[in-house]
Amino acid sequence: MQANDPNIKWIEEPKLGLTGKMYLPLFVQGLTTTTKHLLGPKVTVSYPDVRPTIGNPLIYRGVHRLNKDEQGRVKCVACFLCATACPAHCIDIVGVESPWPDREKYPESFTIDELRCIFCGMCEEACPVDAIELTSLFDLTGRSREEMIFDKEKLLSVYDQTKDTEPMKSNALGGTV
Amino acid sequence: MPKVIVDGIEVELAAGERINGIQAAQRAGVEIPHYCWHAGLTVVASCRMCLVEAGTRNPDTGDVMMVPKLVPACQTPATPNTVFITNSEKVANARAMVEEDLLIDHPIDCPICDKAGECNLQDYHFKYGQDQRRADIRPFTSRKREMGDTVTLFVDRCVMCTRCVRFTREISGTSELFVINRGSHEEIDVFPGYPLENRMSGNVVDLCPVGALGDKDFLYKQRVWFMRKHDGVCTGCSTGCSISVEENQDTVYRLKPRENPHINQWWMCDEGRYGYHHVHSDRRLTDVQRRDGVNWTLIEWSQVVREIDERFRNVGRVAVVLSPHLTVEEAYLLGKYAREVDPQAQVVLGPVPVEGTDETFKNGFTIHAEKAPNRRGVEEVVTHFMGQVATLDNLLISLASGEPTAVWVSGGYKSNWIDTAAADQIASAAACLVVHDTFDSPLTEKATYRLPDGTFAEREGSYVNFSDRLQSVSWAIRPPAGVRVAGSVYWELLGEVGLYKSRRVLDEVAERIVFFAAAAEPVGPLGVDLKTPVLEATPTA
Repeated sequence: MQANDPNIKWIEEPKLGLTGKMYLPLFVQGLTTTTKHLLGPKVTVSYPDVRPTIGNPLIYRGVHRLNKDEQGRVKCVACFLCATACPAHCIDIVGVESPWPDREKYPESFTIDELRCIFCGMCEEACPVDAIELTSLFDLTGRSREEMIFDKEKLLSVYDQTKDTEPMKSNALGGTV
Repeated sequence: MPKVIVDGIEVELAAGERINGIQAAQRAGVEIPHYCWHAGLTVVASCRMCLVEAGTRNPDTGDVMMVPKLVPACQTPATPNTVFITNSEKVANARAMVEEDLLIDHPIDCPICDKAGECNLQDYHFKYGQDQRRADIRPFTSRKREMGDTVTLFVDRCVMCTRCVRFTREISGTSELFVINRGSHEEIDVFPGYPLENRMSGNVVDLCPVGALGDKDFLYKQRVWFMRKHDGVCTGCSTGCSISVEENQDTVYRLKPRENPHINQWWMCDEGRYGYHHVHSDRRLTDVQRRDGVNWTLIEWSQVVREIDERFRNVGRVAVVLSPHLTVEEAYLLGKYAREVDPQAQVVLGPVPVEGTDETFKNGFTIHAEKAPNRRGVEEVVTHFMGQVATLDNLLISLASGEPTAVWVSGGYKSNWIDTAAADQIASAAACLVVHDTFDSPLTEKATYRLPDGTFAEREGSYVNFSDRLQSVSWAIRPPAGVRVAGSVYWELLGEVGLYKSRRVLDEVAERIVFFAAAAEPVGPLGVDLKTPVLEATPTA
């Protein structure tokens, strides 16, 4: 874009008024803010002794989970749409024919490299069956890089761990399936 | 010059040319969507997707008379002065209606359908369909039936274009597939006990415009949008079908035929189609080894080329065996190297594997018994150096009686190609035996140097098929770690610098060997006919 592009709207800096020139009113204004935060409720928590509260867990983008259907099977149909949407290329799926008569295809292996992931939530948006979701678990740690590559079992266990506190978004937010 | 008018664009017809509305529109750059029509099959005009407005123009007055109803473009001959209109509202409505009808009980299971991404139903729906689905049936799974060893039918995804049925009747001539039931209950099926079993069965999967016919070899393995297509040549037999090698991150997932009117038209055989699994076999040679007494020592490529070159020059007498799996360029380079070391070097053609007899199908497509892609090309290279087509037998005779000779044997065969007796004979006579092959064979056991070679997907160069058509391809995947493809090794042996460039070698071959003269021009995707430059008798005035 050139500097003389017609789409650029140039704005003049507003001139300082009398209060601005006097300096003191702005000084008081700033100090008021400081005092307000000094006396107001504390937001800082001494993590990890105290855990911070998550605003809305339904829209928080933390560790992934793989949802299960009513029969306890993995919901994923191995369509690779999350892997396609993923800008960090951190999802690796091996799809095979499913062992169940009512399902066509399922993931034999499903791994997410949590270290490579940028937690953008594109996989969640791409999923046609709401199988992959981001939970509100944020304190993701591990002792090795290998440990941080989550396989299908681990992702399903994240679902078991969070299903009571965070219902499937398909139900909570009016999903498709 | 007779003309056809498509959406106001004039298309010229050659004299006596018979094309239909879809082909005329293609020339005008207008796409007429179609499912059932295929250039290689008869016209049935059953899908109704190609409905257009048609009429004729009076060449004298310029008046246009239109047919009151829509007509299928596939069945309407583009005779001179025919007028096609494809962009009117009437046509757009008709297309949207056809799309809606096809999708009424189509399971919208695109996420798990292997065709998604290259599906005509998907593409046409986005281009010509409606954005709202009025039917309240929303099936998500499709019934599945085995058609044979290679093909699975997803019954509910089918749009009943019957391309597959016509293929088995007109091309393979085996007529396994047919339509059962009537009306909306129509389904593709086979007779009990007579599965889809012919040597071209895989083609029905390519023909299928939707995801109804699935290739068992490819099913669920990879989404099509992840794969990159590379123009290739099938190395299964001497037909040399034009193919696309489809790979993702150096793994070949499938081979598909590429349209080439001079060789394979739109088809390829199952043997070629599924004949790529050796590329990823774990039995492939990947180590460069030198025999020291009874033990093998691992050495580096950087070292081995210089070492072999030195030994060959010390021995003085050299013989090379050119495999019919080598490209023309590779064969020429190895022959050239041999002659550089020893001006009397023997350059011979390796064994050409033959299995069974040639099989020709109803439409003329032939699967050749000769299971090597480049016998003709290598033969001509051998003739260039030796003056005749010398074979391995000639070499064995001269080895038995001659002085110590260093022998370089090139391979690239898909399976074992030499028997123990012949291998013994070569090994006992050779002063230094280099075997550059893909798999272990009786010969690699006895070699002095055992080098791993690339497969067809890793090679770069040209193949000459049975009818002397030369096709050039570049590599589709990188060879596995440790493997170096023949061309690049010979390139280094000859002291050339930089990366191996097959085109530069082909220029030299075209200049030196008359047979390849036509390849001096750039070789297009359809290849070049080497028979052409034969001089025709000039008519005397």
